[in-house]
Amino acid sequence: MYAAPFSYHRATSVQEAVKLLQELGEEARVIAGGQSLIPLMKMRMARPTALVDINPISSLREIETSKGELRFGALVRHADLEHSAAGATVPIIHDCAAGIADVQVRDQGTIGGSLAEADPSGDWGTALLALETSVVCFGPDGQRTVPLEEFIQDAFTTALAHDEIVTAVHVKVPPKGSAGAHLAFKRSAPVYPTASASAQLTLEDHNRCKEVRIVLGCVGLTAIRAKEAEAALRGKLLDEKNIRAAVEAARAAADPQSDMRGSADYKRMLAGALVKRAIGIAARRARGESVEAGHEYVGR
Amino acid sequence: MNRWKQGMSMSDAKKILVRARVNGEAREAEVEPRTLLVEFLREHLNLTGTHVGCDTSYCGACTVILNGRTVKSCTLFAPMAEGGEITTVEGLAKGGKLHAIQEAFAECHGLQCGYCTPGLLLATLQLLRKHPRPTDAQIRKGIAGNTCRCTGYQNVFKSIRMASAEMEKR
Repeated sequence: MYAAPFSYHRATSVQEAVKLLQELGEEARVIAGGQSLIPLMKMRMARPTALVDINPISSLREIETSKGELRFGALVRHADLEHSAAGATVPIIHDCAAGIADVQVRDQGTIGGSLAEADPSGDWGTALLALETSVVCFGPDGQRTVPLEEFIQDAFTTALAHDEIVTAVHVKVPPKGSAGAHLAFKRSAPVYPTASASAQLTLEDHNRCKEVRIVLGCVGLTAIRAKEAEAALRGKLLDEKNIRAAVEAARAAADPQSDMRGSADYKRMLAGALVKRAIGIAARRARGESVEAGHEYVGR
Repeated sequence: MNRWKQGMSMSDAKKILVRARVNGEAREAEVEPRTLLVEFLREHLNLTGTHVGCDTSYCGACTVILNGRTVKSCTLFAPMAEGGEITTVEGLAKGGKLHAIQEAFAECHGLQCGYCTPGLLLATLQLLRKHPRPTDAQIRKGIAGNTCRCTGYQNVFKSIRMASAEMEKR
């Protein structure tokens, strides 16, 4: 399959990328790993007239830790995060990075590209919403930092202006006693999940939930913060009754559509089940246990 | 001209030069920017060992190694590989002698129709570079992006284990 014709431009600095985007107009798009954009272009669901390739900008490939913050350059690949120290410190990042599609896609796809694409089935939007995340954008007027909650506005729609690029993703390192999990269910490795869920918990007194974030993925136009589910746990014991109330609230917060991955009812049930499991794993990790988790699919 | 042909017209877009080291050799071709890496290899460099399977980033038949990373070459525009180092299935055998991975796949019947094989061989090469003695879980994860509809994967697993053992000896 061929994408519609476009002109191709290589940027070697963020300034050059922005200048090219300004010159090429609103139909130009940035390309990073291309693992979401290229399939969309081949299906002609996206038809940019020009592509600005930012892969030559090597400064966007760094991972840094600074002032309690993990700073990922926009071009950091999923595979880099899978094997990074950051992933080892913040398990939710490892869960997410290690399970996205397959080796080939993880070797190419980038964290910045995934967020800028804002595919409702993407994993990073869900996992990173469970943490305190901000997106660094660079445009003609310089740099601005946008909280992830405000960055992703709708399916495939972000706060980025046409002449702005994502340069980095900043994630606040969770406090001690806080841990999370990102779980997803997919039909096979290379596809997008049918549903996903992230939970980040801070425990006190062994089993009391001090702080919590619960996020649902693939069951709405964007990742959904299930705030009522969080309220069902905040300040309370992590017992069966409270977890059940959180799961019910999470199911109610899901807004899935029936498609080839499953019916809306099925996805709602699946999202609830994933939330329950994510809470359990996050709690065990918060108590210091090492638990493997991530994407589940047939043949894993 | 009908709409389909208009959309497919390859004449009007400006071509650009793409240069890469493919299997150790400097190669180049002038292509339209929308040319996929797999087409660049097959149609422009005449390296038809890399197969187009699903053409949707699913099946992995088109897997090659680019700058030390695997890529489904149906999901990369050729200009993005500019200046890159590419290994395709043609680069595995050296001096007329099959690579240990190829020998193992032949020995263990790790293929039947052979369509997925070029991709599986490259995915295996990358897997064994990272995990010279992979566990079954690591093999499963390493080839999860490669679909084989003949073998049921059991013989692929045998092949990978044998290749691992052979490569350790050498």
